[in-house]
Amino acid sequence: MYPLKFRPAPLVEIARKNRQEIVRAGLTRRELIKLGLLTSSGYLIPTRGLSAQTSCPAGVCQLGCSPPTLPFVDPLPIPPVLPARPLSDPGFAIPPNAQPSGQPQDARNEAHQFRDRFPPQQFFITRMRPNANFRFSENATNLARIPPQLIWGFNLGGPAASDVAITPGPTIVSRYGTPIVIRRFNELAPDDTGFGVPETSTHLHNFHSGPDSDGGPCDPVFNRIVRIGQFYDHFYTMARAGFDTDEFRATNGDVRETLGTLWYHDHRVDHTAENTYKGLVGFHYIFNEFDTGDENTGFHLPSFPQFDVPLFVADKLFTPEGEICFDPFGFDGLVGDKFVVNGRIQPFFEVQKRRYRFRILDGGPSRFYQFFLTNPDNPSQSIPFWQIANDGNLLPRPIEITSTRISVAERMDVIIDFNKISARFGHPSRIWLENRLEQVNGRAPTDKILPAGNPANVVLEFQLVGPDNVPDPSFDPEPVSFPRVPCSPNDCVFAPICLPRLPSDNAAAPTDRIRLTRSFRFERGNGQWQINGQFMDCTRFRFTVQRNTAERWILRNNSGGWQHPIHIHLEEFRIIRRNGRLIQCGDVEFSRKDVVRLGFNEEIEIVMRFRDFRGGYPMHCHNTVHEDHQMMLLWQVQDIGDNNPEP
Amino acid sequence: MAVTRRHWLAAVGLAPMMGALVARAQTPGAEIAVPRLSGRERIRRYHLPNVELIAHTGQHVRFYDDLIKDKKVIINFMYAKCEGICVPVTTNLVRVQKLLGDRVGRDIFMYSITLKPADDSVESLREYAEQHHVGPGWLFLTGAPPDIEQLRRALGFTYADLAEDADTSNHIGMLRYGVEPLTRWAACPGMANPEHIVRSILWDLGIDEGEPQ
Repeated sequence: MYPLKFRPAPLVEIARKNRQEIVRAGLTRRELIKLGLLTSSGYLIPTRGLSAQTSCPAGVCQLGCSPPTLPFVDPLPIPPVLPARPLSDPGFAIPPNAQPSGQPQDARNEAHQFRDRFPPQQFFITRMRPNANFRFSENATNLARIPPQLIWGFNLGGPAASDVAITPGPTIVSRYGTPIVIRRFNELAPDDTGFGVPETSTHLHNFHSGPDSDGGPCDPVFNRIVRIGQFYDHFYTMARAGFDTDEFRATNGDVRETLGTLWYHDHRVDHTAENTYKGLVGFHYIFNEFDTGDENTGFHLPSFPQFDVPLFVADKLFTPEGEICFDPFGFDGLVGDKFVVNGRIQPFFEVQKRRYRFRILDGGPSRFYQFFLTNPDNPSQSIPFWQIANDGNLLPRPIEITSTRISVAERMDVIIDFNKISARFGHPSRIWLENRLEQVNGRAPTDKILPAGNPANVVLEFQLVGPDNVPDPSFDPEPVSFPRVPCSPNDCVFAPICLPRLPSDNAAAPTDRIRLTRSFRFERGNGQWQINGQFMDCTRFRFTVQRNTAERWILRNNSGGWQHPIHIHLEEFRIIRRNGRLIQCGDVEFSRKDVVRLGFNEEIEIVMRFRDFRGGYPMHCHNTVHEDHQMMLLWQVQDIGDNNPEP
Repeated sequence: MAVTRRHWLAAVGLAPMMGALVARAQTPGAEIAVPRLSGRERIRRYHLPNVELIAHTGQHVRFYDDLIKDKKVIINFMYAKCEGICVPVTTNLVRVQKLLGDRVGRDIFMYSITLKPADDSVESLREYAEQHHVGPGWLFLTGAPPDIEQLRRALGFTYADLAEDADTSNHIGMLRYGVEPLTRWAACPGMANPEHIVRSILWDLGIDEGEPQ
């Protein structure tokens, strides 16, 4: 299936290359010691060069047993954009109609909602395939330790074998007002890597989708599993939430519900962790008339794609032989010892001295991160940057930060101004994106912040090139950012994409009035996940929300020493309180959200609207290992809701 | 040469030492051949130990060779005198067995492994199985305590917290189900709705009648 044996160069040659690479990577002696590549006596680890940990037995999949690798030797890959295709494409031989075709290849057995109102104007194809020669690094030393190997990914849509699948898959770029259909073929195959099931359900995380196109885990009636040889047509209205309410029908939704940074990922029930870990993931951007992707128009945010860069951050484990591995028998969760960004191990990215927009995504499966910018030549410097969005939703006011916490599936859009960093921090030639949050198992981070300047904790090295003060027409968040500028609950720096009105108990309009408060206890009994004392059930919905209304949900973490990123499908919510503390302006969580971190013993109050679509959706933990062990429930939206306060 | 050593080590049960020995065999200047372990082999080695067990039927079996290899299986842990979740889980599994019908024993095999091998003799497990009207194709298993402990750890039925892990009454009530040759392994709560459990299992075990239409 793929190379069963590889023959690295003789060790003498490896050691020579190692030294060259280290010189090229520009690592200091202190950094090398931290990486375990150099001993204090000044020699490379003897006898095997950059060898696998000899204490780890063959084939073991365990934290600390991945082979050592050189960081910052691979350029950051940028996934290509998925091209649109004409309906005459042979891939559309069965037309992508609103009704499922009824053909055996067509996995869908329900109609697309609102298809007549939003006729699709663009059509895409992508094929999930194995890639038997994926490289986590192109560097010779690293390749000798982590050889080309099999992953799963998405391709650019062509039928030819030369259209290989990559991970993260191609970035899908769409615009509000241009409805689309994406046909996703399952062309996977069983293999002998030990993990991953070749069946899929592709979820567009954060989009306001009908249940027919949401890519959920399971449904009592409708099929969600796309088998080998089948396809599924996902229809996205590219309309904002509220489009089927009286207030926002004329405008095709509430502009304040605009979404920007989304991602797609496999959601196959019980196997989401291994399938996403194996590569079935990618970014989906939505631009609009304000956030245009062009720094000369609209909000003037840095231009896509050159200065608007996705960072898909994931942690992996490799066997001592260098093969990606996953423990399907672990209940706690999986934390890896190799940081992989856009598919490469600890890459570097050359930046001009100007502003960039980075869309940081925690791709899981279980790790939480706290990202700082570190000057490796002076790790004590505290380097600011600006967060402009949370979960892909623009904040009411940019916030100046020196770090940002992110849990699985959350997205944080940040602006980093390398010109200011150069001028203010002594013209560093490199800056690290460093994760300083300690996490030693899949249950939760320890919440300890590690010291700055450890290359082992770095996910990405920015290499600053070119002259200072290059022309930069992009938006500078600093002068309007909090706390430099006091904040107010009515802030709207990115008008008209302001925060939507908060639903309240006494509002007149049904979509603004909180119809009901429901509470949910997330618990663990005899090692089994429960919500309100009940277990996941794919055969029924736990409760029914009334369409075009709002509710208050209380989420409680009663699971002891665990933390959970809780994700709710359908619409964005607002976090009102954490442990009784009001989330106020100036907080990065004063924002629309689709994932909320549920910390140790925390109680979170959220409010959410449930508009437009009818049908079933899940709420689940997005630590995908917990999710696969069924820390999840199904609920539905219908015209008449129930009043169960503790479903 | 490494392959020969590997086989010998596996045969005498010294597999965990093997990485170190193979590494030492790779002397500087020599070509390195790193044989790849398939995913199936890795899972067998680290998660499916071939320990000897005795079933409530009196049958002596090897866990991997006789119960798991090339099979579709459902595995859980229990003990006969359990005051906690064992009875609801076993009652649930009886309903699961009924819903799966004659596939159990033919396509799918069910195994309940005791956590108290010192207490649970073949006879007491047979009594337990009879009390619960367990059908054919479902074995209750006991064995030497260290073997049972090895099995529990290998199958992941452990808590990271040592005190929690030591409390047998708090044991993990999950069901582990899988298709060994395909390395498809999943788990669900043993106390979930039996119809949900059956649906999950049929989806995973690739049995088409379980697919929603």
